[in-house]
Amino acid sequence: MTTITLPKCTIETLVRICDKHGNQTGELINILHEAQGELGYLPREVQEVIARQLRVPVSRVYGVVTFYSFFTMTPKGKHPISVCMGTACYVRGAETVLDEFKRRLGINVGDITPDGQFSLDSLRCVGACGLAPVVLVGEKVYGRVTPAAVEKILAEHAG
Amino acid sequence: MSYKMHVLVCGGTGCRASNSQEIIARLRESLEERHLDGEVQVIATGCFGFCEQGPIVKIMPDNTFYTRVTPGDTAEIINEHVVKGRKVERLLYKDPREDKSVSDSKHMGFYQKQLRVALRNCGFIDPENLEEYIARDGYAALAKCLGEMTPREVIDEIKRSGLRGRGGGGFPTGLKWEFAGKYRADQKYVVCNADEGDPGAFMDRSIMEGDPHSVIEAMAICGYSIGASKGLVYIRAEYPLAIQRLKIAIEQARACGLLGERILGSDFNFSIELRYGAGAFVCGEETALIHSMEGARGEPTMKPPFPAESGYLGRPTNVNNVETLANIPVIITKGAGWFNKIGTERSKGTKVFALAGKINNVGLIEVPMGTTLREVIYEIGGGIKNGKKFKAVQTGGPSGGCLTEKHLDVPIDFDNLLASGSMMGSGGMIVMDEDDCMVAVAKFYLEFTVEESCGKCTPCRVGNKRLHEILDKITRGEGEPADVDRLRNLGKVIKDTALCGLGQTSPNPVLSTLDNFPGEYAAHINERKCPAGRCKALLSYVIDPRLCIGCTLCTRACPAAAIVGNRKEPHAIDAAKCIKCGTCVEKCKFKAIFIR
Repeated sequence: MTTITLPKCTIETLVRICDKHGNQTGELINILHEAQGELGYLPREVQEVIARQLRVPVSRVYGVVTFYSFFTMTPKGKHPISVCMGTACYVRGAETVLDEFKRRLGINVGDITPDGQFSLDSLRCVGACGLAPVVLVGEKVYGRVTPAAVEKILAEHAG
Repeated sequence: MSYKMHVLVCGGTGCRASNSQEIIARLRESLEERHLDGEVQVIATGCFGFCEQGPIVKIMPDNTFYTRVTPGDTAEIINEHVVKGRKVERLLYKDPREDKSVSDSKHMGFYQKQLRVALRNCGFIDPENLEEYIARDGYAALAKCLGEMTPREVIDEIKRSGLRGRGGGGFPTGLKWEFAGKYRADQKYVVCNADEGDPGAFMDRSIMEGDPHSVIEAMAICGYSIGASKGLVYIRAEYPLAIQRLKIAIEQARACGLLGERILGSDFNFSIELRYGAGAFVCGEETALIHSMEGARGEPTMKPPFPAESGYLGRPTNVNNVETLANIPVIITKGAGWFNKIGTERSKGTKVFALAGKINNVGLIEVPMGTTLREVIYEIGGGIKNGKKFKAVQTGGPSGGCLTEKHLDVPIDFDNLLASGSMMGSGGMIVMDEDDCMVAVAKFYLEFTVEESCGKCTPCRVGNKRLHEILDKITRGEGEPADVDRLRNLGKVIKDTALCGLGQTSPNPVLSTLDNFPGEYAAHINERKCPAGRCKALLSYVIDPRLCIGCTLCTRACPAAAIVGNRKEPHAIDAAKCIKCGTCVEKCKFKAIFIR
């Protein structure tokens, strides 16, 4: 195992979360949910701490983190953008909206802008299909989004 | 205290996204200002289903149905309707076919053909209030089971009802309970599958948000009948509101002795815990779901052993989907004989569909099995958006297929949909019009399957990837005639050899579009054309200089600054800059921009 260089308080947080769940392997997904909730993402070192606490190989933790789309190993931007690519949004033009975000931000899905302001993701169905196509910026929901509206949405959150 | 009037406001995810919480707060404020808060009650309910027209405000007892309400409208609703008794005409639903306002929900085409069984309480009660659920016969079924029926009788009643699993497979629910009841063990489990992963389907979420107690009651009934004292709800972490409402409901039930030890004075103990999914479509498969609850990768395993014999932690486990469970209490209170009169020969009861896509009335609907697609699309759904022509309806999500004009009069049930080359699935129903490319749609679904394949078996992991590559090639205009046979053969092999339901159904979107739209594949391959004008690589946008008057509307709308030209002179599109988003076509009032 590599040496862990996380700040001490982060390690303490992780140990506390693992303890809360009795350091049980069966609780791994719940532990990861909480860890990501606290830290925003689950980089390798975080996974190493959790593996050590649960006494399982890191590969076991890594296998779970990479299996589920909810878990991420890269940090999110200050304003995480999620474009819904559920079927309802897709047939109402979500792809052109996503393309416009990519073009304006100059990043791909799963990436973050160099200044850390925006990250871009696609997700499957928010369940607000009446508002399709739907875009989420943080918690805020934008409905009936067109490519032309993308510039305004970004301007609202810039700076 | 009794109120003389109730103002129901949709508090589902869809309407909350358009400010329904603020509407509720403002309505309450207005009532307080006028000292009417003792006579008129504002209730945040679950989903009304008519999401297209949200946020919805409904006034009882007269069923007045206000649509697309904004926080700014609240004062007028209180002043006019509540105080003076005059309906606010401009907010009433307008029937697009007759162009006149409809004053109450009973006369709306959207609701007339519906029969709400699983959604019986959604939009009627405050989901965070146990008394309201009880007032509508809530927990009467559990009381009946514990007081008057043996576990065997409960199972027989469910078997006689003919209820089949609503999550996709359509397996008879009573039979499943019987299997789980048969095995002896120190501990058994009831699992509610609330990991709704089908993009475009949101019925399970709406039930949990709008009527969480019905799911809890049903799980307890199942526990009693199979001899399980523990229930687990496996729910998507992406459903914060449903999670919150379930937690509240579980706590309320426990506080009233409807969960816990010696429920309602019987010997029966039952408790419920939540387990969170983390975004994996394959976890809808019950063995995968169980592995995920155990904290592992959600990979399916071979059946047998079925979960009824060896499931969660190796114990007998019964897994049912949310909508299936929501039917249980009504079957017990009204009887199997009432339930099995609804529906068709082999599919009893109703089915909830999430109607979406190019349709006027997007929303959540519930109809008796045997209703035709035509009734759903034209009478409930209000027809195709913007007067376009109907092309296809996709049912069953990534596991289903595209049905066409010729299937419109087929009565919808499990077997008919399967025979038509699609499937019921969880009940997503996406309507497509003439502007949708069927090859692109098939590719869209395959993209999803490739991403969601767990990778355990080769046919699914590699096969779907190859299918996707061939489809991608065709949409780029690089297809060759032999590709059609390749898609067919490979699709059949994947169906026959994949390990679980995901792989066995993943080629359906490809195979059904090949069957129903062979001409569209041929056009992409032989003529390098996309007849629907959707495949970007195969089209370019052009301005007709004879029709363009130089109004500059398109120039201003173009997000890529690809349109050049002086005012009052014909414009032109710079093909190198054009991102083919189609905004200009939508904006042009002179139909001067076309797709080549």
